[in-house]
Amino acid sequence: MPLITIQKRPREEAVVTQRKFFKKTARGKVIKVLRERYLRDDVYCGIVECKLCSDAVNAVLPRSGDLTHKQFPNGHYVLPDTNVFLSQMDLIESTSFSVPIVLLQTVMDEVRHRSLPLYNRLKALLKADDKKAWVFYNEFRSETAIVREEYETPNDRNDRGIRKGAEWYNVHISLAHPPVRGQRAGQLARVILLTDDAANRQKAEAENIPCVSIRKYVEGMKDASQLLDLLSATGSEELEPTNASTARKTLYAEYLPTAALLAGVKASKLYQGHFNANQYNYLEGTVPVPAFSKPVLLVGRENMNRAVHGDVVVVEVFDESEWKAPAEEVIDQETTLKNDDAEDSDEDANSDSEFHLRAEAKALCSQGKNTILSAEKQPTGRVVGIIKRNWRACVCHIDPTSLPSAVATSFSIQTVFALPLSRLLPRIRLRTRQAPNLVSQKILVTIDRWDAHSRYPEGHFVRALGRAEDKETEQESLLLEFEVPYRPFGKAILDCLPPEGGQWVVPPKSDTEPVWRDRLDLRNLDICSIDPPGCQDIDDALHARRLQNGNIEAGVHIADVSHFVHPDTPMDNEAAARGTTVYLVDKRVDMLPSLLGTNLCSLRPHVERLAFSVIWELTEDADIVNVRFSKSVIASKAAFEYEEAQLRKDDPNQNDSITQSIRLLNSLAIKFKAKRMAAGALNLASPEVKIHLASSESSDPIDVEQKELRETNSLVEEFMLLANVSAAKRIEEVFPQTAVLRRHLPPPKANFEKLQDILMKRKGFKLDVSSSGTLADSLDKCIDPTAPTFNTLVRIMATRCMLAAEYFCSGSVSRDTFGHYGLASPIYTHFTSPIRRYADVLAHRQLAASISHTPLHPSLHSKANVERIMDVINRRHRMAQMAGRASVEFYVGLALKGRTEALAKARGKNDGKAVEAETGVIEEAFVIRTFRNGVGVFVFQLGLEGLVTFKHDVQFDADNYTLTVPSNSGDVTISVFDKVKVRIDVEKDKNTQRGRVKMSLVSPVESKDL
Amino acid sequence: MLSNGKPDSRLTVKKKSQASRVEILNDGGFRSDGRKQYELREIHIDFSLQGPADASVTFQHGLTQVLISVLGPREAKMRSHTIHDRANINVEVNVAAFCTGERRKRSRGDKRMLELASTIKSTFEPVIQTHLYPRSQIDIFIQVIQQDGGLLPACLNGTTLVLAAAGIALFDFVCAITGGVHSTSPLLDLNTLEENDAPHITVAVMPRSGRVTLVTMETRLHVDRFEEIFRLAVDASHILHHEMKAALQRRTRSLVSTMGSGARADHAKEFDMEE
Repeated sequence: MPLITIQKRPREEAVVTQRKFFKKTARGKVIKVLRERYLRDDVYCGIVECKLCSDAVNAVLPRSGDLTHKQFPNGHYVLPDTNVFLSQMDLIESTSFSVPIVLLQTVMDEVRHRSLPLYNRLKALLKADDKKAWVFYNEFRSETAIVREEYETPNDRNDRGIRKGAEWYNVHISLAHPPVRGQRAGQLARVILLTDDAANRQKAEAENIPCVSIRKYVEGMKDASQLLDLLSATGSEELEPTNASTARKTLYAEYLPTAALLAGVKASKLYQGHFNANQYNYLEGTVPVPAFSKPVLLVGRENMNRAVHGDVVVVEVFDESEWKAPAEEVIDQETTLKNDDAEDSDEDANSDSEFHLRAEAKALCSQGKNTILSAEKQPTGRVVGIIKRNWRACVCHIDPTSLPSAVATSFSIQTVFALPLSRLLPRIRLRTRQAPNLVSQKILVTIDRWDAHSRYPEGHFVRALGRAEDKETEQESLLLEFEVPYRPFGKAILDCLPPEGGQWVVPPKSDTEPVWRDRLDLRNLDICSIDPPGCQDIDDALHARRLQNGNIEAGVHIADVSHFVHPDTPMDNEAAARGTTVYLVDKRVDMLPSLLGTNLCSLRPHVERLAFSVIWELTEDADIVNVRFSKSVIASKAAFEYEEAQLRKDDPNQNDSITQSIRLLNSLAIKFKAKRMAAGALNLASPEVKIHLASSESSDPIDVEQKELRETNSLVEEFMLLANVSAAKRIEEVFPQTAVLRRHLPPPKANFEKLQDILMKRKGFKLDVSSSGTLADSLDKCIDPTAPTFNTLVRIMATRCMLAAEYFCSGSVSRDTFGHYGLASPIYTHFTSPIRRYADVLAHRQLAASISHTPLHPSLHSKANVERIMDVINRRHRMAQMAGRASVEFYVGLALKGRTEALAKARGKNDGKAVEAETGVIEEAFVIRTFRNGVGVFVFQLGLEGLVTFKHDVQFDADNYTLTVPSNSGDVTISVFDKVKVRIDVEKDKNTQRGRVKMSLVSPVESKDL
Repeated sequence: MLSNGKPDSRLTVKKKSQASRVEILNDGGFRSDGRKQYELREIHIDFSLQGPADASVTFQHGLTQVLISVLGPREAKMRSHTIHDRANINVEVNVAAFCTGERRKRSRGDKRMLELASTIKSTFEPVIQTHLYPRSQIDIFIQVIQQDGGLLPACLNGTTLVLAAAGIALFDFVCAITGGVHSTSPLLDLNTLEENDAPHITVAVMPRSGRVTLVTMETRLHVDRFEEIFRLAVDASHILHHEMKAALQRRTRSLVSTMGSGARADHAKEFDMEE
């Protein structure tokens, strides 16, 4: 029984122990709130072996403090104020910042109040192994609790609270070390208040509290030069107010005050939405808002008004007479603004900026010239305010041209441009001392602010990732860019693994053994798994056999991950945060520790493994008679690769039971597929290529080829779909409020308009998008006899018009939106890959609860909680897909480079001298998009999308999607869906260090000279 | 929350279901008011007499304050209220308009208050030895002065004390307390902030016999958590019993000493300085 006590709150101290404040509700009512507070003496200081706080458990602050700082040789702890965390989180997170930190509750609360993401980072910091941070609940300790005084702002009150906390610590330390005879006093460690607020420092000094500004503090540290760069711009401002900032011209309109924004949005005069930058044209962006069927177009820098991709912005829409159509033009930031100077880009007298202003104006102007059909016009507007910034660390290169060449080796502070990897982000101005070192590296940069008088956002350097082009670096930058958590698993997580480690086996069967409770013994069944080559995390296995009544029993056995991963353990929380395993070409970032993923859970052949089985009884026509779910123990008889299974199935000489089982499964799968197609399922396509690596170690790509699909791929897929649908039905039935499901909303018709128009005009095909069934039919009819891949191309383009599938909680959306559009299934979930997807783990838990095997953890009963997890895993899933694609793209680039070099070598042998202009691989491609000054092409063989731009004027017919290019032999017309030949070069862009795929047209016309 | 009639939720900014910015239980194990999980709020009991009542008590639990007066046993005002073999108990609850942050007048027929009154009545019917007072009526008037969570337990505890102070025969004390759960950690004695966030139950126990006279729950609580919280609340009621008993004994001593008849009158004075 826990100790239950009644707390005392002396009445005389009501001033300290009661808090009274007024609160305005959403409706505008003013409410008086009275709260009480119990002050106590058992709030500990957290210093190891403190004599006064002997009861404190797991104190973390070292006894003597930190001894490495020059200014404080007697040892010290730092006590940062709120602003330090709000603006300098990168510094604190850095591994070289290893000072013991005292974190006051006042500071924690303020951070939480100001920014939840920062608060979460702060909490993660507290848990990190390499940081020594202690939270001191000063508001609950009787000596340090303070009350807000009359006429004191909340900020001042908090500052006073922080100072009081620092004072208490210093007194406390001296009390804990009473002067001993024979030892000189004054050798005690001290708590240093870290604040950038000069007024606060003054007050602290008056009260005799040691304090220092963050810059001064860092300057005295061991790794000062590295750490100084981590200081965010807000920190450096104070010291260098040199540039006459007041005289600066404002380039952008100031944002409206928040209250005006909210009122405007409420009154439907302004619109709120996410800002999407255009990746082809940096001077254009869109904001989709529900009020208009087309997104609001923002043209030009002034109208985009400092919005960065992903920000939640408020836009004002212009009169309809000013509406414009999108430019249909490729405008590249790097080429247009090549000469912009980082140091003084915001001075209007500068000739360079004059130059680029003209370039920009020209680019904008050209789109005004053409007469636009009103149908193409989009609502056009400008950003008037920002609700929420989406600023995060992004991977960048330093633009070497922005570096003043005279100081290329010096270590003085320089202002340079950082070019983000993502084309959607603007370049970032950066002040650093290490610029020359960083030029050839990939670095992580965070945007700090974007002032109205500055053309570019300002950021600070977070850390260097390594040499560009280096595979390790590229890999890490990919993971960072897509925010994939890739740190190794911590100790707390690994402690959740079974203590036997790799020696863990299924215990022998007995009635008393808890592992065997309610488990079917399926060890004698002929179960096998079919997976892609080299698969280590086998999460599914199958079997089928004939029953005596003539029906067929088919079973899908899924790795029983929920047996090992228990809810609310560190491992479970980590898996929930990771959401999914991320597959890169040469690396797999696991969701679960690899002991589970590739060993204990993996359904490897010839060993006993725990599984969650779905077993159907099916008729000959593949109708389901009944379905059972049960936990089980299986022993897989074989692990096949797709090709191996296919060969085995097709070999008439093989007649063993496993082969027969595969044949039976295959015949069922064919029937399932036919049924699904009849129901209107879509056969979608996405560009998929396979990268051949030279060997597993070197990871040098040697070739790229299209992925091949076999019958057995389809076999596994059909059964997984069936298992998912069956599981979804079951959990939705049992947990109608909180079932973890997956849905694919039907795409809005407007998404297809353009594709329909192109198909109609160029090829004469009609695309019927009224339902998934009709779409599937009309897609089947899009066949060009001269180009067998045309159909796949149309499918790829159709896929891009659709919405993404998403996980959701069944209670949070209405029942009629549960459907999965692509699969034409009324209900769906992910159940079959719990090793690599967290949604499946949740589905397993719910299914186990639905068959009364394990009671459901309370967190899965809470809709709010499930919704929160769904949000995270949807995002992770999306990011993982993009990271995977980007990784393939990088390797395709590498492979191309290899091929180009080999070609050049061969040619060099033949001719005796290499011809510079003739490098590059020539491949066939389809035109998929036309711009005013170029075409977008898709290279089938490599699954690569590229852009060919023309420098000279060409005639562009937007209605018919054609482009007329003058050439020696008369004008040549290129239109969408035309087959062209392109030369693909990988050239290292001199400015960006970005190994970039460059495409140029070879036929029907050479684009090199255009 | 998510599907409020807008089909395309991608375009609207999702309001995260982040509750308030106050943490119910932080990582240091402290609740928003500085208590730990199993710590109860301060209890203050004042027996000063109010008006014509036979006994009254101001029971203060944290910032929840109720003033309870008892009149009777006396003759019923209406004959229809007379029961021939036992006393009739009448409970009336009145809530001051200023008792919560938002000023709000409640009418006499307010269903919530009627329910509260009837809960209190039915809890005390088996506790009061009604058979000793046939054909009479006991009126209990409850005035809620301040509310900050745990209103029902405060009313029950206060009523026990006031009945005892009025000299009405009881079988046992009734000690009530709320218990709730935040995520998986149980909490005792919730304040308004916590009551709005966490599922909770109210348990009333007769500590001498160990019988539970009341369990109510207005939120949904997971069945696996119920037993733990229930047992905890029962344990907490015993702690409350000590506090309430001590208060009653202090009052009795002070009465005895004021009457000047007790042998230990002088001795008693030391105890009741605070009354």
